[in-house]
Parts: sequence; structure tokens; C-alpha cells
Amino acid sequence: MTDAVMRTALPAKKPNIYVEAFKEASVTAVLVFLLSVYMVGLQTQASQGQPLSFTTRFADVFWACILVPCGRYLIALDRQGLHLPALIGGIVSFVYLFGVGTFGLAGSLAYDTFPHPFDEPMVNIIFGLGGIYIFGAAYHGTRTRRHGGLTIDQREAKEQRSASWARRMSGILGPMLVGVAVVIPVFMPFSPWSGATRQVVETLVLILTYVMLGWGLNIVVGLAGLLDLGYVAFYAVGAYTYAKLSTELGLNFWECLPLAGILAASFGVMLGFPVLRLRGDYLAIVTLGFGEMIRIVLINWQDFTGGPNGIGSIPKIDFFGLPFERKAPPGEDTFASFFGLDFSTSHRVFFLYYVILVLALITNFVTIRLRRLPIGRAWEALREDETACRALGINPTNTKLTAFAIGAMFAGFAGSFFASRQGFVSPESFVFIESAQILAIVVLGGMGSQVGVALAAILLIGLPEVMRELSLYRMLFYGMCMVLIMLLRPRGLLAHREPTIQLKKRGYSR
Amino acid sequence: MDWFPYFLQQLINGLTLGSVYGLIAIGYTMVYGIIGMVNFAHGDVYMIGAFQAMIMLLICGALGISWVPAILLLMLIVSVVLTAAYGWTVERIAYRPLRGSSRLAPLISAIGMSVLLENYVQLVQGPRPKPVEPLIRGGFQLMGGGADNSFVVQLGYMQIVIVMITIILMGAFAMAIGNTSLGRQQRACEQDMKMASLLGVNVDRTISLTFVLGAALAAVAGMMVTLYYGNNDFFMGFVAGIKAFTAAVLGGIGSLPGAMLGGILIGLIEAFWSAYFSAEYKDVAAFSILVLVLIFRPTGLLGRPEVEKV
Amino acid sequence: MSAAAATSVALPDDTLLTVEHLTMRFGGLVAVEEVTFEAKRRQITGVIGPNGAGKTTLFNCITGFYKPTTGRLSLHRDDGPPLLLEQMDGYLIGQKARVARTFQNIRLFPGMSALENLMVAQHNKLMRASGFTFLGLIGMPGYRRAEAEAKEKAVRWLERLGMVNLADDPAGSLPYGAQRRLEIARAMCTDPVLLCLDEPAAGLNPRESAELNHLLLEIRDQIGIGILLIEHDMSVVMGISDHIVVLDYGRKIADGTPTEIQRDPAVIRAYLGEEEKDDR
Repeated sequence: MTDAVMRTALPAKKPNIYVEAFKEASVTAVLVFLLSVYMVGLQTQASQGQPLSFTTRFADVFWACILVPCGRYLIALDRQGLHLPALIGGIVSFVYLFGVGTFGLAGSLAYDTFPHPFDEPMVNIIFGLGGIYIFGAAYHGTRTRRHGGLTIDQREAKEQRSASWARRMSGILGPMLVGVAVVIPVFMPFSPWSGATRQVVETLVLILTYVMLGWGLNIVVGLAGLLDLGYVAFYAVGAYTYAKLSTELGLNFWECLPLAGILAASFGVMLGFPVLRLRGDYLAIVTLGFGEMIRIVLINWQDFTGGPNGIGSIPKIDFFGLPFERKAPPGEDTFASFFGLDFSTSHRVFFLYYVILVLALITNFVTIRLRRLPIGRAWEALREDETACRALGINPTNTKLTAFAIGAMFAGFAGSFFASRQGFVSPESFVFIESAQILAIVVLGGMGSQVGVALAAILLIGLPEVMRELSLYRMLFYGMCMVLIMLLRPRGLLAHREPTIQLKKRGYSR
Repeated sequence: MDWFPYFLQQLINGLTLGSVYGLIAIGYTMVYGIIGMVNFAHGDVYMIGAFQAMIMLLICGALGISWVPAILLLMLIVSVVLTAAYGWTVERIAYRPLRGSSRLAPLISAIGMSVLLENYVQLVQGPRPKPVEPLIRGGFQLMGGGADNSFVVQLGYMQIVIVMITIILMGAFAMAIGNTSLGRQQRACEQDMKMASLLGVNVDRTISLTFVLGAALAAVAGMMVTLYYGNNDFFMGFVAGIKAFTAAVLGGIGSLPGAMLGGILIGLIEAFWSAYFSAEYKDVAAFSILVLVLIFRPTGLLGRPEVEKV
Repeated sequence: MSAAAATSVALPDDTLLTVEHLTMRFGGLVAVEEVTFEAKRRQITGVIGPNGAGKTTLFNCITGFYKPTTGRLSLHRDDGPPLLLEQMDGYLIGQKARVARTFQNIRLFPGMSALENLMVAQHNKLMRASGFTFLGLIGMPGYRRAEAEAKEKAVRWLERLGMVNLADDPAGSLPYGAQRRLEIARAMCTDPVLLCLDEPAAGLNPRESAELNHLLLEIRDQIGIGILLIEHDMSVVMGISDHIVVLDYGRKIADGTPTEIQRDPAVIRAYLGEEEKDDR
């Protein structure tokens, strides 16, 4: 029951807020018990040749049934205007649980000296994050609910402030990120982490690939408002195009790149044409199915795709004809010999880094450009109101199709790059989780915000790479992120919308 | 008539599978009918139902309960109750706060919920598939198997149980929706949520109950699949979810008999496709049907056309 | 009916839209039945009728949102044979036939600025100028010129409606009256030959309503296109319409000049019975 219902249901006598909050907390306790008693309390164990067995974990259930209702109690009090308990409880539980969990993650002995509710350090951290959520909600409450909520003007002003903050941040961060990205490989050898240069640059290559994919998907989801859950299918098309063309026809990376883009775009058109007339949620599920379909075909079409083993020994990227090899065939140059350098495996990594950086920046540039063209405006208009678009004589299917195809094209480019970096492709790289990951990046960054997407990619891809302990929980966090962002800040972290054309040069302020 | 025994066997298998899809499809169709969104997490709710039933089965084994009807009843009750709690929670956390917001927000939240549930189960129950010992073995031998060594047509007891449970549940469910005040409130909310709330229908509660009912039926489907196939993993809801959604669309989204009909058709198509064409591409067949239906008959077999309000 | 046919023979050039025997059924419900009338160039044709008379359905048929069950809708052009609207896809009616419309419940692009709304309306022209995106992407001067022209046109409309200072504000945050006006400007930016307005005065105060009258007369006289107008506000309809069609229960009950309509016994009957319901 929402509190709104509660309030209207009992208008006459003023209920005791502590009792009410306690009631809510009890309901939550029952619910948490139901949710966790089997799923968490009993862990099934499957081992080879043995019948299924289980072990118990009731301590975790117990603590979940204590902590979550406590949080609910604090939130319930906070809703009634009692912010202090939530502020204190939230921050204390955050500091304690998060701290203990971090000790545990770090493998410190302190983990055992402090009592901790859950064995798994990460679970303590997750509950700690719940504490900071309560704190944040209460803090927000103290600022806004003091006089019985915001007026419309205040809310609008607040939104404007947050938008202008996002605009300023994007304005500063955008060029800064590009600058840092350009010089990082050059400065790495002179930094204290010079030993890890190669690993760092490789991680950055991975991040940039996702930045590019995020920007590509942003055209489809952010601008045109089409939820594409099979984006990874186009990535796969690009990757396999490069793999096939290079291994069988001997084409090099630069020849394959446009072909991969075109092929992926045509797949986008082929898929999009029948389904783009449909409502948004149908589109989402059809693309979801399509992503899965491509994967099944890749696994089963043994002769063409190599089945589950994929395609191996794909030629690696070369420097416009000069290979990055230790030794060249007689009479030819390698990259190192041509430039008179000592051979190093890092050369290829550095080159890959700049290739993906340029590809990503091209994606960004084209997107920004497209947004200001009639097609981009039509995408955004379609996102806002399709019916009105039709009344204005805009062909909705074709307009959506272009967004779909252009998004697919960038995924094709990225896929081609991926194949040339990896040297092999297999269906395993193109599962639904990848699509979900890219979508999470776009959603977290802010649909339509270029800088936001880049930051989200750094956060969501880079962080688990740096902290290996997180990688098990990575997808759990992605799921939580998507839900939380939709609940709290549906337009993303850095959400602002700059008009594509302005009458006055600088924003007209009221 | 050489083909007939083989055909009959596929028919039996298809109907069994179709019952499962039909039960899941009802969850999609009801939610779509009432709030007009695809509950992407529904497939995962079904997966959770399967896990809860599996754990209950293990507990029965540990407690030494061996009377099959008792085990079935316990599995049914426990998995329905516990999974319904998941259905309720999903709606409460991920969808209710977003009611009335933009079109995309609940969809993304639903995807997030789906990813969250899958990975939660992976973390708490481990990533490996869980093999379950079949509880009910054997069946009737309908045809063949004589001296001529012809194709044996088997009708397993488990298959009978599945179809029977589905029919009973569907009957009960149709009566419940048709004759109770909950059913009326649901239909009122479907027509016009604002007006229904003005007339005193508790819209929040009605929607929650819709999710609870959908989850309960999905839990039954999960339980049956656990007993029939006996190989549960955290990802099982993904493909089953898409297929059940296909079933709901095929039958006409928003229509309860449509969902059941669609489920059975998808089950049959899958069984026959696997038997006569290729088992590897059976999922591709289901998705192709989804696309074809959406192109040629987006209202499905039993759905009513939507009139766009301008 | 016969009178209308006679005029169309007498002055064929003036007729812009002929609606003949238009019927629209939804299942068993007949929303519009056998409606026949004409709209002329440089005229404002009002469509009135009690609630549920089928006015908006009629509009939706004309603008391609519904496919009529039977009947013919022809749009007469200066060049070439008439276009049969009932056979065209929804968006083509805006694109090729140049019939523009507004909506009863305003449908702007709320997140986009007022100026952008007007730019979107010139989409088809700009798409051609941008060489279907390719030339625009590489920044050809031809496209830049076209865009500047489109912007100028949009700004002219904003000036005309006295909302040029709101040009960069999101359309969704504009005051109600401004949103109504912007929607009309957006429809006008598509260069229509026929403008269909679905209750443009709804929710406007008397002063805004008077301004609207003035604007519509200006559009009629200066731009010279035909206007089809659904309206409940009698002061608007009677004040500016050249010709009025009255619908009741999906049928046309009267057709004529405002003075004729005001005296028509069928109209009086239809309205007096429904007065309370209808009077907003």
C-alpha cells in the first residue's frame, strides 16, 4: 500500500506514526522472509554424478529479515517527516557495513574481528549501499519536504538547475575526456604505473569499444526512443563479417570495416522493416528474439560460422599495410622495421587504441551532426509523439528505420574492430548479457547524452576490470542500476537536452 | 499409416509443452491487458518458481516424505506462495513507481529487473544447471512396441499430470476472472484506470493482484517443468519467457483464452519443428512466428483490434 | 446536398475538399454515416454538432488516421487530378496532399523547443534539401541555406503569434494558450492547402479566443488556404465561418451559412435537447 492510500484511507484520526511505520516494517519482514527463505536459505548444490543436495544458510535469511524491515521502518518515519532517524540509521549502517565489506573484499584480517551479518563481503556492501540510499532519501526529504512538497515553479527551477549543471559538466568533461584519452598512452610510460602500461591500454581499448557501442545504441534508444534489446546481434554481424572476409578473401581491416558497417546496417533494415511499425514494447521483444536468433544461427551453422568454436586465426590489424610482426616475409617491411623501431607487442595495442578512439570519436561526431539535421529532429519528434509526426507528413517507418540502420552500422564497425583485436570470434561473445550491458551504459549515462554515456562506460566496464572481485556481481549491479536510474533519475546521470537549433545564441534565461 | 505413431507422439509432447507455455503466457497477457506493458521479468519469475519447487522437492526428500500426491501438493503450494511474493515485489519496486511516466521507463526498468533476478539466482543458487530426479516415472504405452518393433508411442504419467493441472487451473482461473469482483475490477482497470479509481476500485491493489496471479501461474508452470525436464538453471526463464510472450501475442495479447491457445500452438509448433525439421533451430522457429504474427496479424488470433485514440 | 453539388459545378476551381457519402463504423457503432459536404478554398468551414456527433471521427478520416468504411474524400488541386484521401497512407496525407491538422488535446513535441517544433514541421522540405541526410552530413551550403530559410519561416510564425521570446523554451512548458497557437503554427509550417483544426479555442480565455479568430481570418485572407474547423465555442464558429456543417449522431443535419444555420429548425432541435451537456 502506498502511503498516499494510507493517508486518504484514514483521514479522521491521526495515526501514531511509529505504530504505522512498525506495521509497514512487519509487512516487509514477512515479505523478505518469503522471498529469501528458500532462495537464499537453502542453496542447492549440483555436482557431477551426484543427486542434487542442499546446504542451509539461514543466518543470511535472518539478517535480511532484520535489516530490510529496519530500513523500511526508517523510510516510513522519513515519509512522515521524521528525517533524523533515517539520516543517522542510514549513514551508520552504510559506514559500518560498507567498511566491513571492504575489509572483507581486501582480504584483511579486520573482517573477522568485526562482527558482520553476512559471510560474503559483497553482500555486506550491498546492504551498506541500501543504508546510503536511505540516507540520501532522507537528506533529500529534509531539503524538499519541509514545507509540504515543492511547488511546480520550484520543481521546474530545480530541474533547470540540474539540467544546467549537467550541461556545464558535459561542457567541461567532454573536451577533458577527449584530451585525456588522446594523451594517455603517451604519458603512461612516464607515470608510476608504467609497468602496467599495456594492461591499462588494453582495458582502455575495451572501454572505448563499449563507449562506441553505447554511442551507437544511443542513436536508437536515446534519440529515436526505440528500445533495441538485440543490439549485440549487429555487433556479431560486424565481427563475423570481418572474420569471414579476412580469413577467406584475404581482405584487410580497412577494406572490411565499411563492408561490415554496410552489412550490419542492412541487417538492421531487414529486421526493422517489418517490426518498426509496431508499438515500442513489441519492438523490444522482437529485437530481443532477434539477438537470440542470430546467436543460435551462429552456433548451429557449422559450415559457415564454425559453430560454437567460432572462427580463429583472424588476421590482426596492420598499420595501413605494415604488419605488427617481429619478422616480415622477405622483401617486406614490418611496422617496426619501417619506422626503425625495436619490435614491441605494445605497438599493436597502442595502434588499436588509437583506431578505436578515432572510430568512437567519429561515431560521436556523426551523432552530434545527425541530431542537428532534419532526420535527427524527426527521430526526437518521433520519440516524443508519433501521431503528431504522422500528421506532419513524416514517414514514421522510414525515419525509425534510418535510426535503426545507423545504430546497427556503428555496431558493425565496432564488431569488426572487436574481431580484429581478438583474433577469433565465437557466439559466446554475443549473448543477451552484452546487449543488456550496452543498454545499461546508455541508460545510466543518460539517454541522448554523449558525455554521460562515456562516463557510464568507464564506470560500468572499467570498474569491474580494475576490481576483479566485483566481476561476479557485475550483472547484478547492472540490473539494479537500470531499475534505480529509472526510479530516481529516468533521464540518466547527465541528463540535459540542448535544442538542436536556437534563436538566441546562448540560452535565453527567465 | 506409418507416420501416425510418430505424429501422435509429437502431438502429446507438444500439448504438454504447450500447457507450460500457456500458463506463463497468461501472466504476460494479463499484465499487458491491465497496464499495457510487457513484463520482461515474467520469464524470470517463472524460473524462480521452478527453483522454489525444486527446493521443496529436495526438502521433501530430506524429510522422508514419499507419498507423491503430498509432494506434489507441497510443491504446488510452496512454489505458488513464494513466487507470488516475487511477483508482488517486482511490481511494487520496479513498476508501480513508474506508472504514468514515459513509455520507455517501465520497459527499461523491467529489463533491469529481469537481469537482476537472473543474476541474483545465479549468485544465491550457483550458475550450474540443477538436475532433478524425476518424481513420476512411467506411463501408458499407447501404440507399437510389439513384435514388429514399431515406433512406441508413450503417454507419460507426468504428461497427464501436467495437462490435467493446466486444465483444472485454467478452468478455475477463467471462473475466477469471469465471476469475482477482482475480475470485474481488473476489467475496469483495463478499460480506464482513472475512471476505475474514481469509482472506488483500488487500482494499485488490483494491479498487484494481477502480478500475483500471473506469478502464481508461472510458478505452477515452473514446478511442472522441474518435474518434467528436471534441469533448472538461472537462465531458463529467458527463452521460455520469449516463447510464452510469443504465445500471448499469437493468441491475441490481452485475451486469456488466446494466451492458452497460443501457448498450445507454440508448444505444438516447437514439438513438430524439432521432430520433423531440426531441433537446433526450434527457438528460431518460435521467434520467426512472433515476427510473422506481428506483421500479418498484430492483434493475434483472438485479440480485438486496438482503435487508436487521437 | 443538392445545393452544394450545384455550387461545385458552378465554381469548380473553388472547391478544395469534397466529402461524399462518408461512413465510418467501429464494429457495430456507426460514428459517421453518409456525410457529404464540401470545403472551399479561402473559406472557413465550420463543423459543429453536439458531443459524440462524429466530428473528430470525420477529421480522423480526412487526415488519414482512420480508413473510412465507405465513401470518397477528394482533395482538389490546382494542378493534376484530385487526390483520393481515403486511399492514402496516414503520413502521405500530410506529405503529398498537404492536409495539416491540430489535435483536440494538444500534441506538440513537449521536450523540444518551440522553434524545433516548427522545424520538424518542415521536415520533408528539409530532408530533400539535405539530400536525404547525406549532403547535410558533410555540410553542403545548399542545405545550410535551406535550413536558414526554414528557421526564418519558423521565426516569422513565432513573431506573428507574439511568442518569439519563447522560441527556445521547451514546448511542453509553454502556457496553454501559447501551446494552442504553436500547434497551429506548426501545422502552417507544413505549407498546407487545407488546415484542419480540432477545437482550437478549447480552454482559451475570451481574449485569446478573439486573437485566435483574428489569426484564422488572417490565414484565410492572406495565405488563402481552406480551413476546416471543429469548434464548440459558438462565438468563434459563428463569427468567422463562411460555411457551417452540422452533424448530429453521425449524420449531417444541416449545411449552410451561419445565418442559415442559426435559423435551421433541425439544428435548434439538436442543440436545445443537448444544451446543458454541450455548453462548455
